[in-house]
Amino acid sequence: MAKLTIADLKKIKEEYHQGLREGGFRAKVTVHMGTCGIAAGARGIMNTVMEELAKSNLKDVAITTSGCAGLCSQEPMATIELSGEPPVKYISLTADKMRRIFTEHVVGGKPVKEYALVVGHETTY
Amino acid sequence: MGNNNVETTYRSNIMICAGTGCVANGSLKVKDALETELIKRNLQNEIKIVLTGCNGFCAKGPVMVVYPEDIFYQMVKPEDVPHLVEEHFIKGRPVQKFLYTPPAQKDAIPVMNEIPFFKHQVLRALRNRSLIDAEKIEEYIARDGYMAAAKALTEMTPEQIVSEVKKSGLRGRGGAGFLTGLKWELCARVPGEIKYILCNGDEGDPGAFMDRSVMEADPHSVLEGMIIAAKAINAHYGYIYVRAEYPLAVHRLQLAIEQAKERGLLGQDILGTGFDLDIEIYQGAGAFVCGEETALMASIEGKRGMPRAKPPFPAVKGLWQRPSVLNNVETFANVPPIILHGADWFASLGTEKSKGTKVFALSGALNNIGLVEVPMGIPLKTIIFDIGGGIKNNRKFKAVQMGGPSGGCIPHTLIDTPVDYENINKTGAIMGSGGMVVMDETTCMPAMAKFFLEFTEDESCGKCVPCRIGNKTLLSILTRITNGEGREGDLELLLNLSQQIKDTSLCGLGQTSPNPVLTTIKYFRDEYEAHIKEHRCPARVCTPLVKFVVDKDKCKKCGQCFRACPTGALKWEKGQVAYIDPEKCTKCKSCIKACRFWSID
Repeated sequence: MAKLTIADLKKIKEEYHQGLREGGFRAKVTVHMGTCGIAAGARGIMNTVMEELAKSNLKDVAITTSGCAGLCSQEPMATIELSGEPPVKYISLTADKMRRIFTEHVVGGKPVKEYALVVGHETTY
Repeated sequence: MGNNNVETTYRSNIMICAGTGCVANGSLKVKDALETELIKRNLQNEIKIVLTGCNGFCAKGPVMVVYPEDIFYQMVKPEDVPHLVEEHFIKGRPVQKFLYTPPAQKDAIPVMNEIPFFKHQVLRALRNRSLIDAEKIEEYIARDGYMAAAKALTEMTPEQIVSEVKKSGLRGRGGAGFLTGLKWELCARVPGEIKYILCNGDEGDPGAFMDRSVMEADPHSVLEGMIIAAKAINAHYGYIYVRAEYPLAVHRLQLAIEQAKERGLLGQDILGTGFDLDIEIYQGAGAFVCGEETALMASIEGKRGMPRAKPPFPAVKGLWQRPSVLNNVETFANVPPIILHGADWFASLGTEKSKGTKVFALSGALNNIGLVEVPMGIPLKTIIFDIGGGIKNNRKFKAVQMGGPSGGCIPHTLIDTPVDYENINKTGAIMGSGGMVVMDETTCMPAMAKFFLEFTEDESCGKCVPCRIGNKTLLSILTRITNGEGREGDLELLLNLSQQIKDTSLCGLGQTSPNPVLTTIKYFRDEYEAHIKEHRCPARVCTPLVKFVVDKDKCKKCGQCFRACPTGALKWEKGQVAYIDPEKCTKCKSCIKACRFWSID
């Protein structure tokens, strides 16, 4: 791979967001996979998401992982972000809960309130 | 998302309301400011400004809607425009403070910054938490990643880096709180062709997992901090010391190093600037003492992990006898934003001598166990009761152990203590690396001190006598106290011996290991006296001191103990005082845990 220059850094930064902005996907599912999440069963939740995605045949959903979200006692956690809407964090997930969230929120666009903890972003900086 | 009627030549359209209400509120001035700012940022051909008729939401004017995202902004002022353009149109994230929040709906999901767990947190070291995929370098770069390193390598001299970090007031997040910039300066001044930059990821305090989380969630932030530090001291080789018990952290760091190397962000000629830095991971075997800097360096050299006397300090003679700087994971993660946003930005949060934020791992008897980052100076009370959600099972807060086995306990009476280096030290505890173990009234303080002494006695490397034998003796005294065999004069002996160990031990392990003993005696002396003089454990934790007899006056006849007893030793009938049959009782304490009224002695 070619070595980056500072101009390349800026380009990656721009283009990466361009991708998000252009609506490359409509929904983003982040499964929190720090050690705490994995210990609480995040791997199973990820498998469920992948199964549901395959079943749904959707092409506009991005699945990704991230580290600990901070609230380790409520793992496994996942964040669902539909484009143009603030992210929703779900806690204490099981495969059944995840399936319902996928159907109602990712596919249907309606958050599952019973399982949700919060919406929005944290304060950074 | 309603982008059908939006012209396709522009990637985004800003629809500014030019209805009477909004114009009266200054929407045309906002439009002018937007035009100027878009030209300044060279976005005028990408983003179109459209003046619209009345949007209808005049009370919140000036209002605007941004397509294609369909985001509604309210009450925007001309002076907000540069920030808005930068955040939304350059970084691609909606600006929270201008979003409209509908009046509280009964069953609405709460907004993140409205619930106490998130509300009091400010994420700096954890700035990318839950936002990026730790295994993809592009995601880090997309959130300003490596821009600080680029700035440090191209625009700053080593002296400027040192002075910026010094000015920021950043202090070592591993616990001792030494001024980071000063540490770098001391090493930078030492002549030498070969120097080392080292990262301490040997997190060993029971109940602490801050550094693990940073390494797992944002490994590049650590690498970037190390690049900047390397430039400051002119090092070209670095190690990250991580314990092998952190396999995921090791995996993600390894991946991050590989990805950074492939892209020329590590290795030879970083970003074409001519600066070289190679970083390697060294896996430790999990010895607590290897968190001590000289022991850590010995361990990397392949020697037994034992500390040595200082001076010479590592800044002069460190790894392989070369000048070295060792910083903690969280310290490095704090460095890139300081370079990017400046020392003043960093110092804008915190107290006089403790700047910025600190990450804490909350554990113990709290409702919300987890990892939090808070501004320095926040009252302990806010962390425990607002962020931590208070004590589990409606019990009472008794004390919090800060700084792990090296720290001390802070009692409920000091709950208003602001959390910064100076104020925590005053209580006898230490800031430490960020472990906070919260205890309720079911914790016995002498038993708690004994728990930590068991740990330090086990982890003492044995090199110096005060630590090796002193801690063992402390432990044996605590053991006899908790067994009901405490003697008159034991307290004085504990205090005296503790002070000796602190004063004469070689390294930080022995110099701090008596802290749990000293602080528990300082704040909970009556509990020690109850153990020694009355052979009674007020928290009913020390089994040899519990009688397993029901106090008839205190018993509320509720039968909770009866239901909890697994051996049938508890006799109870509705409306009757409970009774424990000593023949059948196995002293498992299930009844004590079940009783809410402290009726079993």
